[in-house]
Amino acid sequence: MNWRAIQALMRKDLKVVVQNKGVIVPIILLPLILFIVIPALVLFIPSATASANSTDLAQLLAMVAPGLRDQLVGLTPDQAGVVFFLVYMMAPLFLIVPLMVSNVIAADSFVGERERKTLEALLYTPTTDGELLAGKILSALVPAVVVSLVGYLIYTVTADLAAAQIMGRALFPNPLWNVLVLWVAPAAAGLGLTSMMLVSVRAKTFQDAYQTGSLVVLPIVLLLIGQITGVLYFNIWLTLALGLVLWIIDAVLLFYGRRTFHRSELIARL
Amino acid sequence: MTDPVIVASDLGRRFGETVAVSQLELTVQAGEVFGFLGHNGAGKTTTIRMMNGILTPTTGSARVLGLDPMVDGTQLRSRTGVLTETPSLDERLTGRDNLTIYADLYRVPKDEVQARVDELLTGFDLIDRADDKAGGYSKGMKQRLALARTLLHKPEILFLDEPTSGLDPVAARQVHEMILQTTRQQGHTVFLCTHNLVEAQRLCDRVGVMEHGKLVALGSPRDLARQLVTNLTVDFEVDASSVPGALQALTAGGVTASAGQQAGTILVSGAAREQIPDQVSLLVNAGIRIYGVTPQEPTLEDVYFALHGEEPVQHNQAEVIQ
Repeated sequence: MNWRAIQALMRKDLKVVVQNKGVIVPIILLPLILFIVIPALVLFIPSATASANSTDLAQLLAMVAPGLRDQLVGLTPDQAGVVFFLVYMMAPLFLIVPLMVSNVIAADSFVGERERKTLEALLYTPTTDGELLAGKILSALVPAVVVSLVGYLIYTVTADLAAAQIMGRALFPNPLWNVLVLWVAPAAAGLGLTSMMLVSVRAKTFQDAYQTGSLVVLPIVLLLIGQITGVLYFNIWLTLALGLVLWIIDAVLLFYGRRTFHRSELIARL
Repeated sequence: MTDPVIVASDLGRRFGETVAVSQLELTVQAGEVFGFLGHNGAGKTTTIRMMNGILTPTTGSARVLGLDPMVDGTQLRSRTGVLTETPSLDERLTGRDNLTIYADLYRVPKDEVQARVDELLTGFDLIDRADDKAGGYSKGMKQRLALARTLLHKPEILFLDEPTSGLDPVAARQVHEMILQTTRQQGHTVFLCTHNLVEAQRLCDRVGVMEHGKLVALGSPRDLARQLVTNLTVDFEVDASSVPGALQALTAGGVTASAGQQAGTILVSGAAREQIPDQVSLLVNAGIRIYGVTPQEPTLEDVYFALHGEEPVQHNQAEVIQ
């Protein structure tokens, strides 16, 4: 592997990406909402619980999985609301960040390159197909993982600040989220990337690819619904298992995506 | 004769039912400027792709610089440079970034990258706009930047695909001069795909003409002209007062002739080279004094149209007398 060429490909893709508003806006906006704006909503929980009757909260807690209910035993209604919201509800939502960041960068890298007619010159360089693919993968994967890690740090600060008055202690960092960020988030980034590799075979434009690729967040929505309806909840074991499943899916998608990533096929698609 | 640097044997490529290139037999010598002519869709770009190992042939094989493009593609591409039909630049990057990134991809030694990039930006008259985004460049500047990128790693063979397509005459001339400079002075072999016949005539030592994926003619422009263009136009210089008599003598001899635009000149069109002595005899026998006989060399355009069974636009022809 020629790492200098791979780094050059990453540098190229990232320099191009930061100048594409269609890519950079969601990359900035989504973490901003999830890691700063939403945790700040916790500040309103006391007034919300004061205005709601205790039966509403009891009904909500009655719906969640028994294991999750056990985690909330001994907490005041405000504290239960904060823990449920910041620790458990936000866990699947957090995964949208690495997924979307890698997905949108990969759309620009794989399909945008073809749309901008810059792919052909790249194919004439003395890079191997493997180096080209590695460059493309890393230019989507590395930013997604970095945004997740930085996002977790920001979330830790904003969530703890917002919850401090109600909880009287720090909720983050905690083991569940550490596993989520270090094990599942990179796998989610991989899912966003590898699914886009497959979408890029058919998509003609960046917009096509972006819209089709966005469907990959649906499993995250299902996880969220599953948690609200009590089908599952994010404990460490489930999170470890979820990560494993995602890594396996990534490997399978990468295997199929790699099969279509040959110069001869790429040039024939131009 | 030097060793061939490009050899194509029965090279072909189909896309489904469409034959893009068929049974191509071709050799190009080191240091040669070889023109690959043909209409759009004749198979020129497909040939370049196969010769650089980025498109698999469906029949036959190629050897470029002694390497099989499909086996040694990576090694080969480090020794060739390809200017694609569209400049294929990252327009959101600066001119300098476009070159620096490709210098890394082409494995230019790290400590030479900056100097090489500056040298090319200066040589291609882009240094003043080097830190502007390429998207803001004129077409000519983009083409020059793309050509500079092609030369970053000092390739032994340059493949140029329609290098002046869409350029105004001034920009096209600049590109021609740069091609001549980089080839004649640095000894590169050039494989020039073009449908611009004037460009090919000006730049190429030999040309191959493609039609519907097949090579239909191959040789130097001069040799092809001699082989394929049998109808020459011959310019006879006589006394101005002798023109009517000369026309009469030639017409009586069954020759198609007309008065030239300059006084004292006669144009004989549709003549074969071997008929020229007979035409001179007709005039001498009629007592016409001849001061000059100049066969007009057919151009590549004449060759091209002869191959396609069409007549090029006639030049310098006044009223035709049968």
